[in-house]
Amino acid sequence: MSHGTVFNIQKYSLHNGPGIRTTVFLKGCPLSCWWCHNPESRGMDSEILFIEDKCIACGDCERVCPSEAIKLTHKGIKLDKAKCILCGKCSESCPSEALEKIGRKMRAEEVMDEVKKDRVFYEESGGGVTFSGGEPLIQINFLENLLTLSKQMGIHTVVDTSGYSSWENIDRIKGNVDIFLYDIKHMDNEKHKKYIGIPNVLILENLKRLVRSGSRIWVRIPLIPGINDDFFNIARTCEYISSLRLKDLYILPYHNIAKEKYKRLGMKYKIPDAYSLEDKELREISKLFKNYGLNVKIGG
Amino acid sequence: MKRGMNERIQSLREQSLTAVPRISMERALLVTEAYKKYSGKVSIPMLRALSFKDLCENKTICINDGELIVGERGTAPQATPTYPELCCHTLEDFQIMNDRKKISFKVDAKSRKIQEEAIIPYWQGKSIRNLIFEQMTDEWMDCYKAGIFTEFMEQRAPGHTVGDDKIYKKGFLDFKGEIEERIKELDFLNDPKAYDKQEQLRAMKISCDSIIKFAKRHAEKAEEMAKHENDPRRRKELNEIAKVCRYVPARAPRTFKEALQMYWFVHLSVITELNTWDAFCPGKLDQHLYPFYKEEIDDGTLTRQEAKELLECFWIKFNNQPAPPKVGITLEESGTYTDFCNINIGGIKPDGSDGVNEVSYILLEIIEEMRILQPSTNIQVSIKNPDHFIIKAAEVIREGMGFPSVFNTDAVVKELLNQGKTLEDARRGGTSGCVEVGCFGKEAFILTGYLNLVKVLEITLSNGVDPRTGKKIGIETDDVTKMESIDELLDAFSKQLHHFVDIKIRGNNVIERIYTKYMPAPFMSIIIDDCIEKAKDYNAGGARYNSRYIQAVGIGSITDSLSAIQYHVFDKKNISLEKLLHILEADFEGYKKERLLLLNKTPKYGNDDDYADDIMLKVFNIAHDEINERPTMSGDKYRIEMLPTTCHVYFGSVIGATPDGRKAGLPLSEGISPVQSADKNGPTAVIKSASKMDHLRTGGTLLNQKFTPQIVKGEEGLRNIKDLIRAYFKLDGHHIQFNIIDAHTLGQAQKNPEKYKNLIVRVAGYSDYFHNLSKDLQDEIINRTEHKSF
Repeated sequence: MSHGTVFNIQKYSLHNGPGIRTTVFLKGCPLSCWWCHNPESRGMDSEILFIEDKCIACGDCERVCPSEAIKLTHKGIKLDKAKCILCGKCSESCPSEALEKIGRKMRAEEVMDEVKKDRVFYEESGGGVTFSGGEPLIQINFLENLLTLSKQMGIHTVVDTSGYSSWENIDRIKGNVDIFLYDIKHMDNEKHKKYIGIPNVLILENLKRLVRSGSRIWVRIPLIPGINDDFFNIARTCEYISSLRLKDLYILPYHNIAKEKYKRLGMKYKIPDAYSLEDKELREISKLFKNYGLNVKIGG
Repeated sequence: MKRGMNERIQSLREQSLTAVPRISMERALLVTEAYKKYSGKVSIPMLRALSFKDLCENKTICINDGELIVGERGTAPQATPTYPELCCHTLEDFQIMNDRKKISFKVDAKSRKIQEEAIIPYWQGKSIRNLIFEQMTDEWMDCYKAGIFTEFMEQRAPGHTVGDDKIYKKGFLDFKGEIEERIKELDFLNDPKAYDKQEQLRAMKISCDSIIKFAKRHAEKAEEMAKHENDPRRRKELNEIAKVCRYVPARAPRTFKEALQMYWFVHLSVITELNTWDAFCPGKLDQHLYPFYKEEIDDGTLTRQEAKELLECFWIKFNNQPAPPKVGITLEESGTYTDFCNINIGGIKPDGSDGVNEVSYILLEIIEEMRILQPSTNIQVSIKNPDHFIIKAAEVIREGMGFPSVFNTDAVVKELLNQGKTLEDARRGGTSGCVEVGCFGKEAFILTGYLNLVKVLEITLSNGVDPRTGKKIGIETDDVTKMESIDELLDAFSKQLHHFVDIKIRGNNVIERIYTKYMPAPFMSIIIDDCIEKAKDYNAGGARYNSRYIQAVGIGSITDSLSAIQYHVFDKKNISLEKLLHILEADFEGYKKERLLLLNKTPKYGNDDDYADDIMLKVFNIAHDEINERPTMSGDKYRIEMLPTTCHVYFGSVIGATPDGRKAGLPLSEGISPVQSADKNGPTAVIKSASKMDHLRTGGTLLNQKFTPQIVKGEEGLRNIKDLIRAYFKLDGHHIQFNIIDAHTLGQAQKNPEKYKNLIVRVAGYSDYFHNLSKDLQDEIINRTEHKSF
């Protein structure tokens, strides 16, 4: 299948693999991490996002909607999701960018046309393309296609994955992936279920198999205060990584910039009292990792 | 932060920074006396040379405490002369200069009196400025007042040139010898120009003697000061200064210190003789100095630290000389104290090999330590230069002062070759002023004025009439509301542009002749090839090459405006052109929705989107083809450049609302940068869009990018800057400059200027103190897109 749903193509991406990259975000994710920065990426389908404070109540969206899904009220607009056919005409016509269509059906070639544009930067910086999500493996056929095309063009590839996918899927693409960015979120299965919404068994098992297959892997740990930053979990994580003889580790410090997005999407942000990690604490924690002989970097 | 500077440098720097720019009448008085004495009795070149001689023989000699490189243009640091032969200021001009909040020059009562009683009575109606405005046609004046173009030479002289290595290899006695030889060769029997040539050569010869005399007076002053100096260390220094000034500039320098002093006397002489645009510039300073540095380091007569201290003393000399006061539109187009001496660092040698040396790295250290406005600096980057050099420069750029700017030397060489220069001359060339290319030591590459592309579009949209005044200053190109495609509109634009460029160049040609006839520069002619050989003045086309430039402004704004018309009027048919013009006339009052649509739902330049970029390319090609290859008075060609200095603010102020959603009076886009905040796809997309224009067919382009400090943190941040530079240059980009600062800091600096006195930012082709910028310009910089990392 050469079509997929893409929710963003980010150029000049500096924290998703080496060099200057373009990150292609594929829509859809089986996980539901409490801290997820891209909650709009979870669903497989497109969505219409309404940003109330940008709305100037001009009513153009109501006029162009072919399925009468939008009503202009004195409190802004009302979108009837049941009637909406996700055609995107409303967001296209919206002058103030209050309506945004999240997720666009694209052909793989179309995606690569965009990726190709920054080739000169990849070549100069040792960068390339990164496929992220959501969970990119959820659109396995599309992803496989994109990776094959990238390799045909000689573009360096990174896949940013949660590892929550069947081994068969990972096995299908790994030959065309230069680096896997592989998240380890929690070592405790019960807590993993609670905060991430799924068990961690498959993830840890896939990582082991991927290591054995000889793929290049950068482990990434989103460090969420109060959830996975306790000494015990960090020690277990380190032991696991060391046992696999992995060396490169990236800590992604938590920040709460996504909170506003949840509001716009009408979703609940479950980390109410979360705080940003202080630089000092981060340094302490990275010391813990370093004690296990790991090359720790902070940030992507 | 004072960091690496020693006490001497700290105190000289402090003196330079705290001295208040003020008017010094000494030069005006001496020149007026000289004209009274000689005018009508000698030829014009001789009149200029004798005036220069009187200046060198009589002006106050100033040696500041502690300095090792000596010579001031005025009577003291920041004391700035006027040039009444070019522009005779009225008392009102003086009042404005004194009172204005930004770029002011203090004028005391005595100076005002001198101006009133001695200067104005002699020069009124006689200055070059008077001559020019008298000679310009009504249509030229209409365009000038409407803000279609500006005129560089109306109160400052042509200059726009840069020194090469000859002054480190020859002294002025050598030059004098060459001139004498040339006089002997004159053929009075067959050459009808022999007499003119003789007068020019005699004037140049007198100028050689004058600079030597000027240096000798410094030697005498230093000796005099040494006699009364109690500190034995300083006494020794003063005696050494005297020795140096007795040796150079008469003879070629032998040491690092003599080389610097040699250059400085030449610099002072150029800017004393006339008020040349962009002052003067040593060009490839690191390459010129390196042989002296190497020899002395090897011999053990100089340490790296001593070399650095001398260079820091040298740096301060530039900062002591603000650009002489400007008035009127010239102030609007170039509102800064900076005088655009732009030192080239790195690049390649005349044989094409890597030109980076140890002095290059010392210069980078100095920029970071000194943190002063002048001189401007840039690095020249060739594929042959090591990455390490760019990384070291990036460390300085990261400090956020906008220094040094970054040029693509390989593109510069190709641009010069495209202009017909020889390979070696091209490699000896570089960039000066803001971004303009030229062959150092061999070319008069004169910027003649900015051209307001967006104003020309505005006039096209109203069929030849300037909507601001209702006056018809263009030609009738048809009612645009009847047009059916963007190409029809572009065709009309092209015809209007042709009309205005004709008017501009007709004016230029007259002005050039005025300078040729009445304002030769015999001193500057000595050091620019082939003025001696041709026995022809710099201002008469004596240089080997004589490019004339017209600088187009607002490519981003005009592209987005045309893109809006193509997209909404012709493609989507969202709005009729008639309605759009009505909305623009209303300055979007009552049309909030339409304005948002134009702002947010239009393909814009700077996003690597061919829809908009193709329009940019069409406009660029129209402007390029209109200007390039037009003949100049001195047998060379006109060429286009894409840079604004501060002119995008002035040009914006004379234009009503534009179809890209810009409100009336607001600044235009600067250089070839996208419209402020219109680029939403990050810096790689900007670079891609900007490189779709063929830079190699221009004389320079200017691209500014603003980054948050966080993006350039650490080793990776430095590599990141390097990679962006290399990629842009692979695509033949000419120049890129980075502002590393966040909008929040700029906002704070605008609110509390007293707390941010030292904040230096990149404007367009130069850096300036943020507090010295006009409010409009401050806002414009704040509104530029801020690239973050993801």
